[in-house]
Amino acid sequence: MKILTLVRQVPDAEARVKVSGDRVDLDGTTLVIDGMDEYGVEEALRLRESANVEEIVALAIGPKKVEDALRTALAMGVDRAIHIETDERFDAVSLSKIVAQVAGSEGTDLILLGGQEADWDSQALGAASAERLGWPQLTWTNELKVDGDTLTGRHDVDDGNEGFKVSLPAVVTAQQGLNEPRYPTLPNIMKAKKKELRKDDLGGYNVQPSVKYLGAEIQTRARLNKMIDGKDPQAAAEQLLELLRNEAKVLA
Amino acid sequence: MILVVAEHTGGKLAKATLEMVTAARDSGREGPITLLVLGQDVAGVATEAAAVADQVLVGDLPALAQYNPEVWAAAVTQIAKEGEASTVLIGGSRSGREYAPRVAVKLDAPYLEDVIKLTASGEALQAQRYTYLARVTETVEASGPIIVASVKPGGFAPAAPAGAAGEQYDIELELPTPRTEVTGKNVEKTSRVALSEAEVIVTGGRGVGSPENFAQYVEGLADNIGAGVGATRAVVDAGWRPYAEQVGQTGKTVQPKAYIALGVSGAVQHLSGMGKSKNIIAINKDAEAPIFKVADYGIVGDVNLIVPALIAASKK
Ligand SMILES: Cc1cc2nc3c(=O)[nH]c(=O)nc-3n(C[C@H](O)[C@H](O)[C@H](O)COP(=O)(O)OP(=O)(O)OC[C@H]3O[C@@H](n4cnc5c(N)ncnc54)[C@H](O)[C@@H]3O)c2cc1C
Ligand SMILES: Nc1ncnc2c1ncn2[C@@H]1O[C@H](COP(=O)(O)O)[C@@H](O)[C@H]1O
Repeated sequence: MKILTLVRQVPDAEARVKVSGDRVDLDGTTLVIDGMDEYGVEEALRLRESANVEEIVALAIGPKKVEDALRTALAMGVDRAIHIETDERFDAVSLSKIVAQVAGSEGTDLILLGGQEADWDSQALGAASAERLGWPQLTWTNELKVDGDTLTGRHDVDDGNEGFKVSLPAVVTAQQGLNEPRYPTLPNIMKAKKKELRKDDLGGYNVQPSVKYLGAEIQTRARLNKMIDGKDPQAAAEQLLELLRNEAKVLA
Repeated sequence: MILVVAEHTGGKLAKATLEMVTAARDSGREGPITLLVLGQDVAGVATEAAAVADQVLVGDLPALAQYNPEVWAAAVTQIAKEGEASTVLIGGSRSGREYAPRVAVKLDAPYLEDVIKLTASGEALQAQRYTYLARVTETVEASGPIIVASVKPGGFAPAAPAGAAGEQYDIELELPTPRTEVTGKNVEKTSRVALSEAEVIVTGGRGVGSPENFAQYVEGLADNIGAGVGATRAVVDAGWRPYAEQVGQTGKTVQPKAYIALGVSGAVQHLSGMGKSKNIIAINKDAEAPIFKVADYGIVGDVNLIVPALIAASKK
């Protein structure tokens, strides 16, 4: 079985966001491999411990800096990486064209990716890629096993969670709880420097973005910030209820 | 036509559907608003849907008894093509956002996800959405003969009936056989108002102290005031509460009239799921907790002392 894991870089969650002009300005922001993608990479590595996994390849489409995230994946244990460099922003539907082509040329049987990208949050690339390939998809997966050609596991659905069984090839998106990603050790970080990180030219994939980004704005809602001292719990509780009933009018 | 895929649970039309109807009405896109109801034994849902739509297409079939992304994508795509839809609106639920990208790929259409505003601008459709853990509002645009969008729950006001009820039509569908076998389901049922429907939500964080305290204080207060119950990831990871209650980046996004956070620190990942609530109320013993920065009303104090007083006082 060949596994393709997708990797993207995101600002560290605690990083301050700023907007310059009409877009989010990431200059000087610490970028890290998306936490959701670490679940995907980790799961690929774990599957190798229990199933016949020939190769694990990590793919990233993005600016030069994304190399760092791919190096992290390599240091975690991925065999090699492909970087399609671009500064342009692509939506999930157009990105899925690239993912499907890479999966085709790599002979991929299983694509593992993040369920939901922390920053742009489209939750769409897994499903869009699966559709292009004509494969089934399992989203929000928090338990996964492979036995021959069969994938079993558990994933979250609208009103709870479901066990599933499906045949490969398939697309699986990771979710919190799937595993605990390992930290790359120093020797592995050194080893990763020698692993293949192939640069592919975007031009060869014939894709254009299908969504235009027009602008970004930071909107903060003004909050009342009315603070009540809780030293006297009884009085504080009554004061709060009075405000919620008569000022905010949210309680009967 | 503007095709809106109805969301429904337990034989009832979901609030999310009414919100999508508003999104469709306000978008300025041309064509009758057509609700597509998929499922089994959905006659009641279809009748409810007719009250807010120009027409209702009903796919009431045993093959639709169980949701599957490939089956839903095939059904919606077929109807969008046959009806020459200009716009397809799909709910921003977990399942909606799971099959919507498939519909977009099948229709070779652009996909706008999780929109909170939709405005036609000539042939194009502009949308707003939150990004960067909901700290940034972004404007995007797509054009083409057909555009697919998923609509964020809580992003639009629910539509009220307008004029006469729409006509209902039964439809025939060609559906693929699902390839994914469902091997058992755990329904995380809550006897309370679902988080997506709740006007008031009481959420407990680690500061509540224990699962027992959570039941006594968070559920106790929620029951008293008819609220839904939410939890932070810390509390879900600790096994105190089911994942279904988690609010935040990797949980649910909510936007109630009042969000009451008890012993919640207010981490960015939590704020991204509830920061758009109309009123935020926080009780935390640490006056410096980040949750107070976004709070309209805050009590600095111990939840173990304040909440019992609140429960007692709200009973009156
Ligand atoms: C990728 C990623 C995704 C995440 N997704 C989510 C998500 O979806 N939802 C989410 O909630 N978190 C999420 N988190 C976790 C988040 O970063 C925080 O760790 C979490 O929200 C903290 O939960 P908490 O507020 O319950 O706990 P804590 O941060 O431990 O806060 C407890 C608070 O209770 C207060 N307190 C303690 N005792 C009392 C008392 N007796 N009375 C009053 N106050 C008291 C303390 O002052 C403190 O402010 C995510 C993190 C990551 C990295
Ligand atoms: N540009 C990209 N390059 C590689 N992987 C990506 C890219 N964008 C998104 N992904 C993957 O798709 C997942 C979900 O992203 P999204 O569908 O945008 O929420 C991410 O967690 C990544 O695994």
